[in-house]
Amino acid sequence: MPDRKRRIKVLILHMILLPTLIYTLSFFSLAPKSWTGVDEAVVEKVAKEHGREAKSPLINTDKGDLLLFVFLIAGVVGGFVGGYYWRMLTSEKKPTREP
Amino acid sequence: MKKPVAIALLLAGASPAHAMHISEGILPLPWAALWFALALPFVMLGCRELKKLSQEDLSIKPLVGLLAAVVFIISCMPIPVPTAGTCSHPCGTAIAAVLVGPSISVLISTVALLIQALVMAHGGLTTLGADIVSMGVIGSFTGYATFKGLRRLGASLGIAAFCAGVLTDWATYTATAVELASGIRGSDPFLPLFTKIVIAFVPTQLPLGLLEGAMTAGMVTLLARKRPDLLVKMRLMKQQEVADARS
Repeated sequence: MPDRKRRIKVLILHMILLPTLIYTLSFFSLAPKSWTGVDEAVVEKVAKEHGREAKSPLINTDKGDLLLFVFLIAGVVGGFVGGYYWRMLTSEKKPTREP
Repeated sequence: MKKPVAIALLLAGASPAHAMHISEGILPLPWAALWFALALPFVMLGCRELKKLSQEDLSIKPLVGLLAAVVFIISCMPIPVPTAGTCSHPCGTAIAAVLVGPSISVLISTVALLIQALVMAHGGLTTLGADIVSMGVIGSFTGYATFKGLRRLGASLGIAAFCAGVLTDWATYTATAVELASGIRGSDPFLPLFTKIVIAFVPTQLPLGLLEGAMTAGMVTLLARKRPDLLVKMRLMKQQEVADARS
């Protein structure tokens, strides 16, 4: 019977998926891992061993609300550019080309 | 609506302490300048290619913009890897290279990396050239060559895209190892340091590369089902293949 077969398939799938999910979740919660970025864990670590250390960014926008201001400016510029070319992108399918 | 929310969440969670790519100050200036000099012709080629393609079909520009957003999000998306206990990110350049070609993919990577360096401290401004070379140039051209090569050999879209994604990720991190080893080795020999860095990347990037492959294959096969016209336009599929798939 196809319905019975389907139910058995669903049951087998659950028998495989649920323990896998539980194992994965317990693995994540129990394992004493740092979960740092690989570039920090590998690139910066190896560089430090060879006397090169990461410096703070040249333009550090992570100060107060400066980052929000940067997003505001980027949004304004992006919005105006998008708006300016909107007509060309939507109605004019091809730009006029000189012969 | 989901994309702006995802971007906002990613940006809100950004912190310089978890800098990704090659951070500011790690590469000596002459090496940083060399990688910039290497990246520049590829970026210019990407601009030229985009201009040429958009003269034929303007709809390429919104597609490139969308792909830039995709690459930006994917390449700053930290994914925990239980085999290593660290987090890392896929590159996303494989899907861009497959869809719009490697030159435009370099341009897309440049934009994504520049924004990450400016507002998220993911990678430095002086090391931007090195990051463009590894993720943009090496990643894009490897992904594109793999995809095209496998398609010529008769591989399906999904298989070709999977291999392109895997090799793009691994090639990007191999290139990062080359850049790092050559820049910081001082008077030490290159090869042992390069091998050490590659081995350190393996526990994280080996599974993450497979994930990137699956992600690329998923995106390409989804596009083949939902927007086959787009793949035909980008010369990834022939009209006949679409007709065969529908019948």
